[in-house]
Amino acid sequence: MESKDLITSAANTWCPGCGNFAIEHALKDVVAGLVADGTPLEKIVLVTGIGCHGKMADYLGVNSFYAIHGRTLPVATGLKLANPDLTVLACAGDGDCYGEGLEHLLFAAKRNVDVTLLVHDNRVYGLTTGQYTPTSPLGFSGRSTPQGTPEYPFNPVELMIAAGATWVGRGYSRRLSQLRELIRAAVGHRGFSFLEVFQVCATFYNQTKYYDDHVYDLEAETFPTSDPGAALDAAREWDYSRESRIPLGQFYEAIYPTLEERLAEQRAKETDPVGVMQRLMAERT
Amino acid sequence: MQEFSVLIGGRAGEGINKASAILNHLMARLGRYVYMYYDYPSLIRGGHNFAVVRSAGRPVWTHRDRVDVILALDQKTVDQHLSELAEGGVVVYDTSAVKQAEGIGVDLDAIVREEKAPVITRNSGLVGAFCRVAGIPWEVVDGVFREEVPPKYLDANLRVVRRAWDAVEERGRIERGPMKPLPVLTGNEAIALGLVKGGLDAYIAYPMTPTSNILHFLAGFAGSSALTVVHPESEIAVILMALGAAAAGKRAAVGTSGGGFCLMTEALSLAGQAELPVAIVLGQRPGPSTGLPTYSCQTELLFARHAGQGEFPRLVVAPADADEAYLWSARALDLAWRFQVPAIVLADKTLCEGGYSCSFDPATEVVAPPEPPGDVPRDPYLRYRVTANGVSPMLSIGTPGAVVKVNSYEHDEAGITIEDPETTVAMQEKRLRKGAALAEALAAYETVAVYGGTDARVGVVSWGSTVGAVREAAAGLPVRVIQPIVLEPFPVEAFRRAVDGLDRVVVVEENQTGQLEQLMRVHGFSAGARVHRFDGRPFTVEEMAARLAEVV
Ligand SMILES: Cc1ncc(C[n+]2csc(CCOP(=O)(O)OP(=O)(O)O)c2C)c(N)n1
Ligand SMILES: [Mg+2]
Repeated sequence: MESKDLITSAANTWCPGCGNFAIEHALKDVVAGLVADGTPLEKIVLVTGIGCHGKMADYLGVNSFYAIHGRTLPVATGLKLANPDLTVLACAGDGDCYGEGLEHLLFAAKRNVDVTLLVHDNRVYGLTTGQYTPTSPLGFSGRSTPQGTPEYPFNPVELMIAAGATWVGRGYSRRLSQLRELIRAAVGHRGFSFLEVFQVCATFYNQTKYYDDHVYDLEAETFPTSDPGAALDAAREWDYSRESRIPLGQFYEAIYPTLEERLAEQRAKETDPVGVMQRLMAERT
Repeated sequence: MQEFSVLIGGRAGEGINKASAILNHLMARLGRYVYMYYDYPSLIRGGHNFAVVRSAGRPVWTHRDRVDVILALDQKTVDQHLSELAEGGVVVYDTSAVKQAEGIGVDLDAIVREEKAPVITRNSGLVGAFCRVAGIPWEVVDGVFREEVPPKYLDANLRVVRRAWDAVEERGRIERGPMKPLPVLTGNEAIALGLVKGGLDAYIAYPMTPTSNILHFLAGFAGSSALTVVHPESEIAVILMALGAAAAGKRAAVGTSGGGFCLMTEALSLAGQAELPVAIVLGQRPGPSTGLPTYSCQTELLFARHAGQGEFPRLVVAPADADEAYLWSARALDLAWRFQVPAIVLADKTLCEGGYSCSFDPATEVVAPPEPPGDVPRDPYLRYRVTANGVSPMLSIGTPGAVVKVNSYEHDEAGITIEDPETTVAMQEKRLRKGAALAEALAAYETVAVYGGTDARVGVVSWGSTVGAVREAAAGLPVRVIQPIVLEPFPVEAFRRAVDGLDRVVVVEENQTGQLEQLMRVHGFSAGARVHRFDGRPFTVEEMAARLAEVV
């Protein structure tokens, strides 16, 4: 299969210059790579939230579950538990995943469910035309905060390392080949993978110059990705508000049993529910 | 044969629930039909808990004003319930905890101490004393304890039971009933087994009275079956996980009460739009808000029917007892899948936590055999293909050769987001056609139960657990009892047949605003009188009879 076959005929409605195009491009290449390496296309599923990022569900020709705002991860978890053979990807927005559905993000990390989450972090509500999100910088002047937001952003990379995500990385929509590699690695990881992606929002919060000037690569060969302390230090280098250098790359990876593996261990082999019911009723008589 | 009621009371934490399960089992073993009412406040230690176990030679569905025996583990049980003791009744009590009482005392404190048994076994001791007083043969007592108490604790329990048994004298003999013993299940257990019968693959829930025990029961059941049971972070996560599982082809059910159902409504609407099957057990308890968490009501009929934005078909069924709870939970899950709609099993605390003799056989088929989807075109696969009855052939995510697109936005047949008016109308109409098809399929079932009163001029309509009390109170009156079991889609034709020939209809429900009556009115049926109750407690037979006498 060629990766161009993975694009549906749905009309694309992202703004010119939107970082989502790069993410779409990288994702389709990774999916094509998975299929080339032997994963049947039908075993791949994409769950999306609601926001500009969510349109990925319409644009990629893979199984998809275009869910509701903030709720990608419980849907993804349900899919994975129902069929552990599925490769489950989720594309969420920063408002979607750090605002409306934050609880699910923390619990997906805590559970170590084998799902790969990409957060399209444009640091703004795109689809609802420009309000601040949990990762907008202090003082961000959006449509709901014209005088500037009075809140500090939180740092999702730091948060996810602390919450127990077993794979944590950060990419940028203008660093395509790195982004592709990060998605590939995140999908390859067995367990919950959290990939924060700086996605340029050309219309409501164009940070292209800022990112271009400040990002640098954590060198994959030299950075100790198995050290949570080093990962946290790197994550804290930039707090999403003050000016500083911004590391990109893979911050952390650890191997633990996944939720579905632990559940499979507990699951009884018996598949005769009628027999179990009859026994139970006999015990009660 | 003679009815018999025994009330056991004590402080929360003293094992009233377990003692009542043993009493149920004892009465069942004597061949009697059983109903158990369990009353407890929302706290873990100290408050007053009590249970009434009523049994007879015919089915019973609620308790009476009077009991024949009071078993008191504390003074409050005597103080609060003595006025309910029938003439000639007796109080059996723990002399170490009850200082003011007349009746038969046993010093359970001393027995437990001397037997070096855990203090919690006082409940078993009191049941043991009761069994002797009521003339229940020792072999029956011994046998039931052996089945009810886990091996680890059995010895200590049996020692205490025997000591208490020996300490008192027989006062009479409970008659044996006519039946071979039937299992006594709570409504929650029956719902759980019904879901399993309906093909349940996964049960997902966040604890909330009165349905928490479905979660506990199925979590135990999963130890010996292929069922997956998950308790996630919130009811929002609960239902979305269930919908994710459904998209991958697994039958999932969730359980909650009003508050949790509020959190589920956005995803209920998603199930409507994305056409994902899910069974939702909604156990009613009095609100608004936290209300009376451990008591009962029937206040969510209209909520269940209307919850969620947009217009989409759903199934709402309200069983009255454990047999119906089993049957209709199985059918709810089955119909959810056949019509790709959410299905709500509307229960209430009385049903969920009450005990009922059950006569269903898990081996008997209760749903139509599944229709295989046949040859479904996959190139492309149209998840939302427009069909005559609105039901699109469903392939799950993961099916070879198919790309399955599930969507919460309005979408075309392939599941791609659209906004044009023509497709919008076609898809909305397609979904609502499923509601009509569902109503048609339901016609094969008894959607409205009718009891007695073929020549009656007066009908008494009720729903859910309240029906049992109505049936008992109406026995001997010239009335016809009518119970719509399916509440959405409302079984208009079956209901019309049920009220045929009546001059007057009385509606009985446990809410203040008459929700079933409102629903009837929408379908052109009016009521001449109504009986409402909304103090959280179910009707006793006598209370119901008195209220019916005012209006019939
Ligand atoms: C429960 C709910 N609340 C609000 C909305 C409206 N809404 C749609 S998208 C969106 C914000 C999207 O922002 P983000 O998640 O960052 O995605 P982006 O558009 O930036 O990709 C909001 C608030 C909704 N669809 N559902
Ligand atoms: Mg955003």
